[in-house]
Amino acid sequence: MISKQVASAAEAVADIPDGASIMIGGFGEAGSPIELIHALIDQGAKNLTVISNNTGSGEVGLAALLQARRVTKVICSFPKTANSTVFPELYNEGFTALELVPQGTLAERIRAGGAGIPAFYTPAAVGTPLGEEKETRVLGGREYLLEFGLTADFALVKGQQADTFGNTLYNKTARNFGPIMAMAGATTIVQAANVVAAGEIDPETVVTPGIFVDRVVHVVDPLVESKLIAAGVSYP
Amino acid sequence: MTDGAQGWTREQMAQRLAQDIADGSYVNLGIGIPELIANHVPEGRTFIYHTENGLLGMGPAPDEGDEDPELVNAGKKYVTAIDGAAFFHHADSFAMIRGGHLDLSVLGAMQVSQHGDLANWSTGKPGAIPGVGGAMDLVAGVKQVFVITQHCTKAGEPKLVEQCAYPLTGKAVVDRIYTNLAVIEVTADGFACIERAPGVAFDTVAAATGAPLIDRCGAAS
Repeated sequence: MISKQVASAAEAVADIPDGASIMIGGFGEAGSPIELIHALIDQGAKNLTVISNNTGSGEVGLAALLQARRVTKVICSFPKTANSTVFPELYNEGFTALELVPQGTLAERIRAGGAGIPAFYTPAAVGTPLGEEKETRVLGGREYLLEFGLTADFALVKGQQADTFGNTLYNKTARNFGPIMAMAGATTIVQAANVVAAGEIDPETVVTPGIFVDRVVHVVDPLVESKLIAAGVSYP
Repeated sequence: MTDGAQGWTREQMAQRLAQDIADGSYVNLGIGIPELIANHVPEGRTFIYHTENGLLGMGPAPDEGDEDPELVNAGKKYVTAIDGAAFFHHADSFAMIRGGHLDLSVLGAMQVSQHGDLANWSTGKPGAIPGVGGAMDLVAGVKQVFVITQHCTKAGEPKLVEQCAYPLTGKAVVDRIYTNLAVIEVTADGFACIERAPGVAFDTVAAATGAPLIDRCGAAS
């Protein structure tokens, strides 16, 4: 009987090596897999490339991973989050490089990567600084940019409910990048507040089919980033 | 030079723009003045709000105590979901945007050129952290793009210009501009003023505009 459930967040991230590329779900705090990120900080992997929409807030979660100087490159759409000076300092110091990607292009690059599509054309960013030096093509009289699919060695995703086969459901706008990052990660780790036996989730309601998920971690009462920040918490 | 207090207030600008949105439209509202539009839906009309982080059917801010950190808008503010709302992942959300399924995107602006080029994401200053979010996808994909903005900067410089000095969000993407002074259409011939705020003279609008302005106010519906 398959079970993808592992005992702890620490066990789930134990084999992430130095230099790995890691997709981290979340749009701001919504959907950010804080426990997996904190386990990764404890684990110590460095020289990481992180693909995530933002760069974290305060000094917890994704911002804490950056602050621990583990991330040398981020690929994201909006690194200017309120109440965090962590990324701007690392960026200005030259420690962490930035590849800025329009949000929809980022999402489609991840979706395409997970779907085995190496590249695609998009109209977003044509004629802008983010479109410079990119291959273009006119299709149907309109100019498009060539963008490349994006995959990663690992994906860290926050679900609401998962079963032992890895089938995953999400909570409201915390879904955001979870389903597509689950597809694009060579090894995808899902943390979920509710883990059930295979068969307990109605197959009609499954959002991420278990084939895209490699490990499931039960995180009963996930931390809430904004509450940690309000309380002045700094991790570790 | 223009007095920032002249003409319509921010709420009146939002109210004026809302008059031009058809019943049943799927609308994406940007951060800032665009958000005020939701307070001014004309009687008898329903707009369905899309927020690109993954919700169609966004409702107003929750009551105090009902905030859910996993139910937020593109500005990461707490929102609610209306009856009939749907959640979806980011690739689907931008398929709605890029695939031309949304009727209208309303955005703020730093500058708009007479050809409809929009600059609203970066001043291009060295050392500034750039952040683009979904603006480039929105202007490239949504059927109609309206800008709502003060006519001039706080320093009194025109935001409507011949050529944008700031880095572009998109080329030839803006259809219409709603400012505190006027409603201005981007036409093949450049900026055309189609309506002025009460008590604002055409010459005042033209003087506050950094590009030639055509007077079509009589033709406004």
